[in-house]
Amino acid sequence: MIKGLAVLLVFQSLGELASRLLQGAMPGPVLGLILLLMFLVARKNISTSIATAADGLLAHLSIFFIPAAVGVMLYASTLAETGAAWVLAILLSTVAAITTTAVVLRALSKPADTPTDRNETK
Amino acid sequence: MSANTIVPTGLDKLAEIWVYLSATPLFGLTLTLVAYVIADAVYQRTNKFPLANPVLISVALIVTVLSASGTSYQTYFQGAQFVHFLLGTATVALAVPLARLWNELASRALPLLTGMFVGATVSVLVALGVAKLFAAPPTMMASLLPKSVTAPIAMGIAEQIGGSPTLAAVFAISTGIFGALIATPLLNALGIRDWSQRGFAVGVAAHGIGTARAYSVDPRAGAYASLGMGLHALLGAMLLPWVARWFL
Repeated sequence: MIKGLAVLLVFQSLGELASRLLQGAMPGPVLGLILLLMFLVARKNISTSIATAADGLLAHLSIFFIPAAVGVMLYASTLAETGAAWVLAILLSTVAAITTTAVVLRALSKPADTPTDRNETK
Repeated sequence: MSANTIVPTGLDKLAEIWVYLSATPLFGLTLTLVAYVIADAVYQRTNKFPLANPVLISVALIVTVLSASGTSYQTYFQGAQFVHFLLGTATVALAVPLARLWNELASRALPLLTGMFVGATVSVLVALGVAKLFAAPPTMMASLLPKSVTAPIAMGIAEQIGGSPTLAAVFAISTGIFGALIATPLLNALGIRDWSQRGFAVGVAAHGIGTARAYSVDPRAGAYASLGMGLHALLGAMLLPWVARWFL
């Protein structure tokens, strides 16, 4: 667990380093994700410690968004005077994005791509 | 404590403890974790009902406590920053589910990239179209453009194209929360049954908060959501500044 966490932090640091080299065009954590993915695919094996640390963090992924979201919502309440334009733009475009992405992907997928999971609930 | 105080000693003591605690990082950290524990319990109790989204409930609880106690965001963030820091680590950790599915993802690269490209394009066109209809100011248009991309990238893009990073963060987070709320009923209505298609669409449209929702429902949906989020982040950082030059 600690060893896995250390590996994740090393790749997060490498990502920050790469982000500096790219002059901030991509955030460090996204670059860290790409670097770790390349590392894991090249090694063809995910060690138990990395898997344990990653699954532990991802089991409660929602919690990590809370501090930023609190700041945003405190600020958003002062945005009321700017009217409904942005709210409507967000609602409609999010519905449009989910719909088109899912429909296009379904149209282009072969039945073999969707093997076991035909039991939708959520 | 002054000797001639009128307030009963007990209350006075309590107030003193509150003043001390609310100024330490312990307060923001504890508040964040307790709010999440409550929110997650509600989410699990309701069998992961989309409207009982844990981010939404936690934020509502914390905003209520901060407003009622007159605590500033700066004070809260002193403690919450420890949780905020791990967002970066958790983002890196998304490489693990992607690596597990690597062969499958590689064999489906073309359909996935096409779906993402069409979805992202339609999203931008609808958002700008609605904003234009309401004659939104240029700063708002530029801040709306990257709203389906993960918040840190959205802020960077917005700044680059004449928007406001703060507005961009508000729009991106609102998009993430709304996407997480609407995804399940919307995808059910569309008859999309496959976890990979459901997860991928949510990741493309509603980045990290949508991915958290997908991950909590099904691990395969979560992996595909993180792929959608990651691809959209890469595409957005590369293409949206050009899109802004044409449309804004």
